[in-house]
Amino acid sequence: MKQVAANMAGTVINVLVQPGDEITEGQDVLVLESMKMEVPVQAQASGKVVEVKANIGDFVNDGDIIVVLE
Amino acid sequence: MNKVLIANRGEIARRIIRTCKARGVATVAVYSDADKDLPFVREADESVHIGPPPVPHSYLNVEAILAAAKSTGADAIHPGYGLLSENEAFARRVLEEGLLFIGPTPEVIGQMGDKLTARRIMEAAGVPVVPGCEQAIDSPDEAAVIAMSIGYPVMLKASAGGGGIGMHICRDEAELRQAYQSAKGRAKAYFGNDAMYLEKYVERPHHIEVQVVADQHGNVIHLLERECSIQRRHQKVLEESPSPFLDTATRELLCDAAVTAAKAVGYSGVGTVEFIVDEQKNFYFLEMNTRLQVEHPVTEEMTGIDLVSLQLDIADGHPLSIKQEDVKALRHAIELRVYAEDPVTFLPSPGTITLYQPPAFEDVRIDDGVETGTQVTPFYDPMIAKVIVSAATREEAVYQAQKAMDHFLITGIKTNIPFLKEVLQDEQFLAGNYTTWFVTERGAASSNEKR
Repeated sequence: MKQVAANMAGTVINVLVQPGDEITEGQDVLVLESMKMEVPVQAQASGKVVEVKANIGDFVNDGDIIVVLE
Repeated sequence: MNKVLIANRGEIARRIIRTCKARGVATVAVYSDADKDLPFVREADESVHIGPPPVPHSYLNVEAILAAAKSTGADAIHPGYGLLSENEAFARRVLEEGLLFIGPTPEVIGQMGDKLTARRIMEAAGVPVVPGCEQAIDSPDEAAVIAMSIGYPVMLKASAGGGGIGMHICRDEAELRQAYQSAKGRAKAYFGNDAMYLEKYVERPHHIEVQVVADQHGNVIHLLERECSIQRRHQKVLEESPSPFLDTATRELLCDAAVTAAKAVGYSGVGTVEFIVDEQKNFYFLEMNTRLQVEHPVTEEMTGIDLVSLQLDIADGHPLSIKQEDVKALRHAIELRVYAEDPVTFLPSPGTITLYQPPAFEDVRIDDGVETGTQVTPFYDPMIAKVIVSAATREEAVYQAQKAMDHFLITGIKTNIPFLKEVLQDEQFLAGNYTTWFVTERGAASSNEKR
C-alpha cells in the first residue's frame, strides 16, 4: 500500500485532497505550518486517495502518514 | 529606568537581560505556556505568564503585555526583534500607559514600516533607492506597464512586508501577472495590507546593512556595516563585518548614506539601514529596521560597543557618549545562526533537544535560548542559537568559526550545523567572494556533482 508522509512536524493548515481523488507524485496534498513557515507536503507516490488521516488544525510529526493511497 | 519588561522570548530576551543585569536594571520576562521552562524565564528577575503558545494570544497580545508591565511596576518595555518590535500601534500604547518604549517614536516606526513611504522619504533625502514605482499598484495591467518601464526582471513587493516576506522575482510579464494576485492575497493575510509595489531586481546583489545609533538630541552616528548576503529563502544565515566586498571609499559613502537616512526620519535609538549593492558597488536603500537586529552581535564584537546598553541610555534621554571617531573595526566578526531545521531542505525541525553542548572557546560568544531538555516548539522562529566569533583577521575568524561549529553538539532535533560547516569550507566563501545567490548556486553545484 502506498502512503504519503509528512516532511516536517507542524500544524495542518490546509488539506488539498479527499478520498477518491487521483493524485500524481509531486502533487501538493496538504499544507503544514511550522516555525512561521508554510510548507506544502507533496505526494511521494501516485494513486487513488483511500484515506486522509489529517484534519485542519491537527499536529503531525515528521514521517507521520497523512494520506493513504490505494 | 529601573525595571525593563522584555516583550520577547528566547535568545534575544536572554541577551537583553544580560545587559540589564550588568547595569543594575531589573528585568521582567513575559512567556507563553510553550516557553515556561526556557532559560530566559528563570533568568529575569520576575516573569509573567501572558497566554497560550500561538503568538496572537501571547507575544502579540498587547493588552496582556501592558498589564504585565503595570502589575510588576516596570517603567520601560524592550520589544526585542520580530513580534511587536516594529508595531507602531504597540509603541503608541506603551507611551500612552506612561512607559518608555525602547526604540524610536511610533511615527518613525510607522513611516519605515510602510516600504513605499520609506522609499519616498529616502529619495527626497537624496539616499539612492532601487529604481521602482512611487505609488501602490492597483491592477495587474498597471503592474505590467510599470514593469515595462523599469525593465525585467522586477521584484514584486508588499508595502507592509519586509524581512524577505512577501517578495516575488518576476522575469517576464506572464510571471508578473501570475504572481500579482497570489502575492496580493498573501500580503492581505500576513500583513492586513495588500498594497503592492515594484522594484527593479538587482542581479547578483549583495545585502549589506549599516548599523546606526541616534539619541533624542539629534546626534546620529553609524557603527559601520554588516555583510548579510549569505541567506536561504531571503533570510540571513551568516553575517560578517567588515564586509569582504566593500572598499574603503564605498564603505564611507554607504555609511554616510545610512546616517543621512536616519537623520531624514528623525530617528532615535539603534536601527539598521539595509542596502542592496550591485556588482559595480552601486548601492540602493532597501528598508530600515527600526529595532535591534538579530545580527547586532557582529557589530558588538567588531567594535566592542554594547548596543543594548546604548538603547537603554538613549531611551533614558542621555546624549550619545561615543563619537563617530570612536567607532573602529577593531576585529573581524562572524555570526552563524543555528536553526532547528533540516540542513539540506531547510524545513523546520521542532522537537526535544536531548543534548545541548555549545562550544566554549575564547573569542567565541554564544547567544542562545535553549538548553538540554528544551522542547523546541513549532510555534516560533526556528533560530535557537547564534555563534559569534571574532579575531584580528577574517582568516582567523573563519578558523575560529570552523572550530566552534565542530564543537557544537545538539542532538534530538535536526539543525543546520552541517550546512554552516559546509559554508565555512566553501572556496568562494573563504575567498570572501559571494552574493545573495550563494546558497542557491552552491545547492545547484553540489547536485551537479552528485550527478
